[in-house]
Amino acid sequence: MATSAATINAPGKLPEAKPIDGFLALSLVAVLAVCVRAIWFTPVDAMLGAAQKIFYMHVPAAIMGLYVACGLLAISSILYLWLKDDRLDRLAEASAEVGLLFMGIVLATGPVWARTSWGTWWVWEARITSTLFLWLLVLGYLVLRGAVESPENRARLSAVMGSLAALLVPFIHLTVRLFRGMHPGPVVLKPEKPSLPPEMLATFLMSMGAFALLFFALLRVRMRWAALRDARAAMEAA
Amino acid sequence: MPIPPETGATGVATAVATGAATLTPSLAVEAEGLVRAFGGKRAVDGVSLTLAEGDCLALFGPNGAGKTTLLRLLGGLLKPTKGTTRLHGVPLPGPAETRRLVGLISHHSMLYPALSVRENVRFAAECQGVLEADEATTAVLGRLRVLDRANQPVRFLSRGLQQRVSIARALVHGPRLVLLDEPYTGLDEVGALAFTDALRELKAGGATLVLVTHNLVEGIALATRAVIMRGGRFVYDEHTPHGGFDLPEFQARYRALVHEGLA
Amino acid sequence: MSGGVSSRGQSATNAGHAAPAFLADALRIARKDLLIEFRTRSAFMAATVFAVLSVVIFRFTWDPTAIPAFDLAPGVLWVIFTFSGLLGLNRSFGLELSERAYDGLLASQVSRESIFVGKVLANLAFVAGVQALTLPAVALFFDLHVGAAWGVLIGIVLCASLGLAAVGTLFAAIASNTRLAELLLPMMTLPFFVPLVIPAAQTSAYILRGQPLEDAMPWFKLLVAFDLVFVTACIVVFPYTIEE
Repeated sequence: MATSAATINAPGKLPEAKPIDGFLALSLVAVLAVCVRAIWFTPVDAMLGAAQKIFYMHVPAAIMGLYVACGLLAISSILYLWLKDDRLDRLAEASAEVGLLFMGIVLATGPVWARTSWGTWWVWEARITSTLFLWLLVLGYLVLRGAVESPENRARLSAVMGSLAALLVPFIHLTVRLFRGMHPGPVVLKPEKPSLPPEMLATFLMSMGAFALLFFALLRVRMRWAALRDARAAMEAA
Repeated sequence: MPIPPETGATGVATAVATGAATLTPSLAVEAEGLVRAFGGKRAVDGVSLTLAEGDCLALFGPNGAGKTTLLRLLGGLLKPTKGTTRLHGVPLPGPAETRRLVGLISHHSMLYPALSVRENVRFAAECQGVLEADEATTAVLGRLRVLDRANQPVRFLSRGLQQRVSIARALVHGPRLVLLDEPYTGLDEVGALAFTDALRELKAGGATLVLVTHNLVEGIALATRAVIMRGGRFVYDEHTPHGGFDLPEFQARYRALVHEGLA
Repeated sequence: MSGGVSSRGQSATNAGHAAPAFLADALRIARKDLLIEFRTRSAFMAATVFAVLSVVIFRFTWDPTAIPAFDLAPGVLWVIFTFSGLLGLNRSFGLELSERAYDGLLASQVSRESIFVGKVLANLAFVAGVQALTLPAVALFFDLHVGAAWGVLIGIVLCASLGLAAVGTLFAAIASNTRLAELLLPMMTLPFFVPLVIPAAQTSAYILRGQPLEDAMPWFKLLVAFDLVFVTACIVVFPYTIEE
C-alpha cells in the first residue's frame, strides 16, 4: 500500500489567526528588559570597554541561530524525506527564516564589536566566518523554496537540500578551523568565559533565556502562518 | 513476477502479438480505488477500472480533470496516494524492470534534438534492455517510415516526423501498455491520420492503449472505451468492445457534461 | 521500406530483454551527454572563453613585484574552476528538458542512481576538460615552475572535479525544477564548494611554493573526505529529486 504523498488538512485543525500573539509579545518584552539591564545595570568590562556589552546579544543570537535553527532545519529535512509529513516541512521553513534573522544579528553585531575592539570591520575569525557561510547556505535554501511552484515539489526539493546542508556544516567548520589555524587572529575571541563575574553571568543567562523565548515565539508564529497559507492554497485549488 | 520474454520490435504488431501468448490473465490493467493528491487537492479521486488486451481507453475532459494524472498512475510513473494498480498482474510502480512494460508518448517529442533519429531510438532501446538494439531500431524506423532520415539530427525534422520518431522511441522495446498524453497536439491532418493508423496497428497487435486527448474525432475513432473525467472522477463511461462510437452523440454528451458545469 | 519480417529480425523477436545494468547504463548516459555536448559545443566554448579571459585579466592586473606568482595563481586557477564548472552544470539537465527527454529516460528501466552517476561522469569529463586547458594556460601566463609536482597537481584537480561534479549535478537536478535555474544553481552550490575549493587552493599553493607535501596533508585529507561523503550522499539523495 503506497504511503500518503501529502497530508490533507482537516478543517477542524486550522490554527486560529490571532492579531497579537501573547507569547511573542512576552518574549519581545523580555529581550527589551535584558537589553536595558545589559546597558544600564551591568558592570562595564574593565579590559574591553562598553562595546563588550554587544556580547550579550551576539552570543545568544549565535547559539540560537547557528545551533538550534540549523539543527532543526537539518533534522526536519532528513525526517521529511523519510516521513513525508507536511508539518516537518513547515518546521524546516520556519527554522530557516528565523535562523536567518538570528544569524543576521550575529553578522551585524560582530563587525561592530570588531570595529570598536580592533579597529577593523571584519576579521576572518573562525566562528564568524562559519556564520557567514551558513547564512549564505540558509539564504540559498530560502531562495530555492521561493523558486519552486508546486508545494509538494517545494517540500521535497528543499528537504533534499536541507539534508545535504546537514552534512556540509561539519565540513565548513573543519575548513574554517584549518584555515584559521594558519593565520591566528589579533585576539582570540572567547565569549563563553565561564569565569564571568556574577552580575555579568546573570545578565548573560537572562539574555540567553530571552533570546530562546524570542526564537521559539517567532518559530511558532511563522509555523502557524505557514499552516494557514497551505490550508488556504489547498482550499483554493479544490 | 512474470515478465514475459519481450521482443525487439521487428514490426510493431508482430512483436506485441508474439509476447501475448505467454502472458497470464487476459486482463491487462486492473486499477482499484486510485487516489492521487497533490498538496490538499485530489487530482484523481477514487477511480477503479479494468482493461483487456487490445483495449483502447480514451480519456476526455477539461483541463485539470485528472486525465494526465490517471494516465501516469496507470503506467506506474506516479505512486498513488491510495489504491493499487496492476499491469498484467504486476503491481505498479514496481521494480525498475517493470518499467519496460510501458511505453510513453506525449506532445513533447522526448527526443534529444542534437542527436540523430537512429541515435535517439537506439539509446531508448538500449536503456530498455533491448538485445540487438541496432536491428530493433532499424526495424521500428522502417515500420514508421522514417528510415530514410535515420542519420539526420532530430532538430531538422518537421513536427510530424518528430512525432513519428517519438513513437518509434516509445515502441522499440515492445511495450504491453502504451500511454499517450495529448499526442495529437501540433499535428496537422495528415500527421494525425498517419498517427491514428499507427495506433490501430498497435491495438491489433494486442497492446493496451490509454489515450488522453482533446481531439474528440481521433480519440473516438480509436477507442473501445470512452471516459469523460471531471474533478478526478469518471462522469461518463461507455464501453464498446469493437469501437464504433457515434461521434455526434458523443460530442453532444461531452458538451453537456463538460460545458454545463463550467457555465 | 517497411521493416517486415526477415530471418535476422525474427531472431531478434525471441531474444528477450536484458536486465538493467548499473555501470553499462551509467556509461551509456555519460556517453550520450558528452556526444550532445560535443555536437553543440555551447557550454564548452563558453567555459573556455571564460577561462582564457579570466587568466588574461588576472595576468594584466597583477603586479609581480607586489605578489609572487605562486600566491596569486592558485586563486586564479580555482576561481576559474568553480565558475566554468557551473557553466557546464547548467546544461547537464537543460538538454534533458528542452523536449522532455528526461521523462522518457525516467520511464525506462534504468535505475535513478545510474542516471545520476552517468551525468556525474559526463560533468566530470567536462570540468576536467576545461581544467586541461586552464592549467597549462595559468602555468604559462604566470610563468610557474611546477616541475615534478604536475602529477600531484593533476591529482588534486581530479579530486576536486569529482566533488564539484557530484554536488553540482545534484543541484542542477534540483534547479531544473525551478524557474530561475541559472541564478539558483550558483546560489545553492557555492557554500558547498567552500570545503572543496579552499583545500584544493591551499594544497596547490603549497605545491607551487615548493613546500613539503606533508604540510598540505590535512587539506588533502579534507578534500578526499569531502569527496567520499558527498558522492555517496548525492547518489543516495538523488532519487528524491524526481517526482513520483
